[in-house]
Amino acid sequence: MDQFAVKVFVRLRPSVLDPAGEATKSAAIKLGAEGIKSLRIGKMIEVKMEGNGENEVREKIDLLCDRLFANTVIEDYEYSLEKL
Amino acid sequence: MDNFTVGVVVFPGSNCDRDVSWALEGCLDIRTKYLWHESSDLSDVDAIVLPGGFSYGDYLRCGAIARFSPLIKALDEFVKSGKRVLGICNGFQILTESGFLPGALVANKNLNFICDDVELDIVSSKGGWFNNGDEKQTIKLPIAHGEGRYHCDSDTLKRLVDNELIALKYKNNPNGSSFDIAGITNEKGNVLGLMPHPERACDETIGGTDGLFTLKSLILK
Repeated sequence: MDQFAVKVFVRLRPSVLDPAGEATKSAAIKLGAEGIKSLRIGKMIEVKMEGNGENEVREKIDLLCDRLFANTVIEDYEYSLEKL
Repeated sequence: MDNFTVGVVVFPGSNCDRDVSWALEGCLDIRTKYLWHESSDLSDVDAIVLPGGFSYGDYLRCGAIARFSPLIKALDEFVKSGKRVLGICNGFQILTESGFLPGALVANKNLNFICDDVELDIVSSKGGWFNNGDEKQTIKLPIAHGEGRYHCDSDTLKRLVDNELIALKYKNNPNGSSFDIAGITNEKGNVLGLMPHPERACDETIGGTDGLFTLKSLILK
C-alpha cells in the first residue's frame, strides 16, 4: 500500500457572494493594506490516505470531494496529492 | 386525527424538535413521534418534519453531515411514495444538501444571525402547504438563521419559476436570497423546505397563528 497526503481546496464559486470574504477585505483595508482587488475565503482539508497507487486514491478523493467535502451547487474544489 | 402520526426527526444538534412536537400535539391534536436520526424504520409514521437547529454543529456546511444519516437515506423511498416531508430552517438546509430540493443555503448577505418576524408572500399553491384560497396572500412568520440565503443557478431558478415550485417569498428580503425565495417545494409538491419557523407561530399568546395551516397540512394525503 502506498501512502498519500492530499490537500483539498474548497472555494465558493465565483458567482456566489462571499460576505465573510467581503468583511475580511474591509478589515484588511482598515489595517492599511493597499491594492487588494478581491478577497474570498475557502476551506482546506488535509487527508492522509493509503491505496494501491495514485489512480485508486484519486478515485476515492474525487468521490469524497463531489459528495461530501464540497457542495457543487455553490462550491468548486481542487486538490493536490503527494506520495509519502 | 385518528392514528395519523408525524415523525419529528432528531439529529445531534436539533433544537426545534420539541417546538414542532408541541405545536402539532398541543395546538393541532396531531400525534407525533420522535425519530432518532440513526433509525431507518419509517413504517409507523405518515409524514415527517425535519426540524430546525444545528445538526452536527453545522460542521463542514449546514446539513452536510446530516445528509448521511440512515434516516435521510430511508427518506428517499418515503418521498417517492408521495408522503409529505416538511423541512424547517436546518431541515430545509438538509433537504437541499441531500438533493430532495434544488439549490443551496449560504451565509446571510450581511453576515448577521437574523432573528425576526418577517412578512411573506404565498406564491404557489403546489402541495397545499399554505392557505391562499382566500384573499389572504401574506403571512407573518419568525425567522432565526445565519445561513438562510437561498442560492441557485439561473437554469434552476427558471425551473422553479416555470414549475411553480417557489412556495414563499420574503416581502423585504432580509438575507439576500435569490429572487426573495424563503421556501420551495419539489415538483410533486409533497416536500416543502422553508427557512421561516411555522411551529413558532401557532398560538396567539406567542405572537401569531400563521404557521398553523402549514403544520396542519402535513395530514393531507
